[in-house]
Amino acid sequence: MQAQTYDYKVVRQFAIMTVIWGIVGMLVGVIVAAQLAFPDFVLWDGISWLSYGRLRPLHTNAVIFAFGGSALFATSYYVVQRTCQTRLFGGPLAAFTFWGWTAVILLAAITLPLGITTSKEYAELEWPIDLLIAVVWVSYAIVFFGTIAKRKVKHIYVANWFYGAFILTIAVLHIVNSAFIPVTLTKSYSLYPGAMDAMIQWWYGHNAVGFFLTAGFLGMMYYFIPKQAGRPVYSYRLSVVHFWALISTYMWAGPHHLHYTALPDWTQTLGMVFSLILLAPSWGGMINGIMTLSGAWHKLRTDPILKFLIVSLSFYGMSTFEGPMMSIKTVNALSHYTDWTVGHVHSGALGWVAMVSIGSLYFLIPRLFGRESMYSTKWVELHFWISTIGVVLYIAAMWIAGVMQGLMWRAVNADGTLTYSFIESVERTYPFYYVRLLGGVLFLLGMFLMMYNVWKTVSDAKPVDDAVPATA
Amino acid sequence: MTTFWSGWIIVLTALNIVGCWWLIRWTMKKRAGESSEGDVTGHTWDSDLQEYNNPLPRWWLYLFYITLVFAVVYLVLYPGMGTWKGVLGWSSHGSQYEGEMAAASAKYDPIYKQYAAVAIADLATGDEYQDARDMGKRLYLTYCMQCHGSDAGGSRGFPNLTDDDWQYGGSPEAILASIANGRNGIMPAYAHLDETSTGQLAEFVLSLTDRSTDTAGAEAGKAAFIANGCAGCHGADGKGNQLIGAPNLTDAYWLYGASPSMIVKTIKGGRNGVMPAHKELLGDDKVHILAAYTYSLSKK
Repeated sequence: MQAQTYDYKVVRQFAIMTVIWGIVGMLVGVIVAAQLAFPDFVLWDGISWLSYGRLRPLHTNAVIFAFGGSALFATSYYVVQRTCQTRLFGGPLAAFTFWGWTAVILLAAITLPLGITTSKEYAELEWPIDLLIAVVWVSYAIVFFGTIAKRKVKHIYVANWFYGAFILTIAVLHIVNSAFIPVTLTKSYSLYPGAMDAMIQWWYGHNAVGFFLTAGFLGMMYYFIPKQAGRPVYSYRLSVVHFWALISTYMWAGPHHLHYTALPDWTQTLGMVFSLILLAPSWGGMINGIMTLSGAWHKLRTDPILKFLIVSLSFYGMSTFEGPMMSIKTVNALSHYTDWTVGHVHSGALGWVAMVSIGSLYFLIPRLFGRESMYSTKWVELHFWISTIGVVLYIAAMWIAGVMQGLMWRAVNADGTLTYSFIESVERTYPFYYVRLLGGVLFLLGMFLMMYNVWKTVSDAKPVDDAVPATA
Repeated sequence: MTTFWSGWIIVLTALNIVGCWWLIRWTMKKRAGESSEGDVTGHTWDSDLQEYNNPLPRWWLYLFYITLVFAVVYLVLYPGMGTWKGVLGWSSHGSQYEGEMAAASAKYDPIYKQYAAVAIADLATGDEYQDARDMGKRLYLTYCMQCHGSDAGGSRGFPNLTDDDWQYGGSPEAILASIANGRNGIMPAYAHLDETSTGQLAEFVLSLTDRSTDTAGAEAGKAAFIANGCAGCHGADGKGNQLIGAPNLTDAYWLYGASPSMIVKTIKGGRNGVMPAHKELLGDDKVHILAAYTYSLSKK
């Protein structure tokens, strides 16, 4: 009987698309950053579908769901097979998730610039696309949990706990928050009224951060860091505590997006309290990842993939400290509605999510195409430095801009009138918008370098599917 | 909130906090036959993936405990547990908003009060009242510039405050009344008139400022001006009426645009100009100073 192989085709498809969607999403990000810095520039002046309001959701959807989503699909399909020692469950269903997800992304790329939107942040896509997402996501869950069910090893590896929690929770969040009453094919209204709608939206919104952008990527971290470092995971106990604490407390954190609004006080309080409890469970993941390297620190000097992975955890630790602090009402009163929030999000999105994905892809791609390593390790090293400098410029600029805006908005004269008008705070922000644009451009340049490196690695390589080892 | 939902919130919150505590204690327990500290657990995945059985880092554990204790204390002090109001009696609207507003009022109100007895005309012109006018300017830049512009030059539909042309009168009393009580200038829509009639009406209006190019049309428009009741507000001579905010049609100032097409648009669609009332929002003393500042703009 012929030896069975792992199902790598869908992994390869998602891995390559991760790079492409990364470039698309970050390019749109650079464009909207440039629009803020140069609002009158002739290229977008007066063109509705290039306006900031339409491109900004395209940017967020493209980086979160197209880039981040593809990275999660690729790595989870790879990790679940190898740690369960079995092929993917569900036959053609895995291929369906790839084409279905790609269709969702293309529909988003068409409808958002046309101004078709539900206006719910990170859930802008209209109801027909939402239905398609639900079908694709349930298929994903069937493939993933089916594979777990038919595993050939007794214990479920920690990475799969996180991937599993991410898949399950996103299904619930998406279906509940996307309860719309359709009016026409391209227009619908939320099922929930007023403040309740806002609460459900941010219950979804913050858990999109907590489960899509955190739990899923922690799953990635738990496989690729010990693999690349060649070291056992630091602490099994720690992974148990921080997993259960993380997924239970994240559920409560949404109301911190709605401090000092029409939301009832008790809801805001619970949101803040649980956001603070989240600090330790979040740091548990960072500690477990970084300490995995103990005894092998010297590898950081020579291995740029490990640099990507470990530095991503540093950004993760930084933004999961910053997040609970920003959820404290008195801090939030300063930071809310300013560019500080934008900086916080990007220290998570670029520093953590993008860098851990990039590191994992540099590990994954050569293995999917029968290569020893990437075409050029030097370019990986260069990519690491370009993107690190880019992220630092970006978040430092937004921190300063955000604190400055918050202070300007609350400044009053001796007679109690406002010292600054809103437009004065906008004018003062320009220098920081230029620095942010530069940071974004650097990060995008790194992605182009990655694409070229990937191209040189795979262009005349043959796809290779590893054999499933006999059960021990 | 009903008792059931209050209990629901309390139970879930307590379960999660206590659950975190229990999870830590349960995980820290030593179990018979488990691998010792610093050793791997004995499970292997994907040929070389293993886990150490290291204990939870101490400093991290204390951090976790501190946040849990903070949560319990905070939920005793502040509203969070269902209908529990918290022992501090804090609420965002009650104690915080009302409290901060009262504190601001105690601090700033006397500053405005000192000019309450000075006549608006004196405040607007007297050298010794420059401070009051500076204050008025700051109030203006906070509450008025959104519509009237930062230079008070106005824009379409929002009057210019720097000239001497007034919709409702430029006396100190009239300006004070406009700011305190607001204004609502309504030009009714004459949508029922046909193209010819509106064109002739517009022609007549243009003739008042010597801009008509069609004498016969303007003549017909003059009859329509009377027949349709336009004169009721604007007066038979078109000079308007400041008592009801009906604009003077014979001068060079046009609130909604001077071009023939804009005049036709105004006749057909009507206009609804709203100046909001500020007495409730700002109080008499600030309105008084704002009126003086506004009055001073037209006296420069």
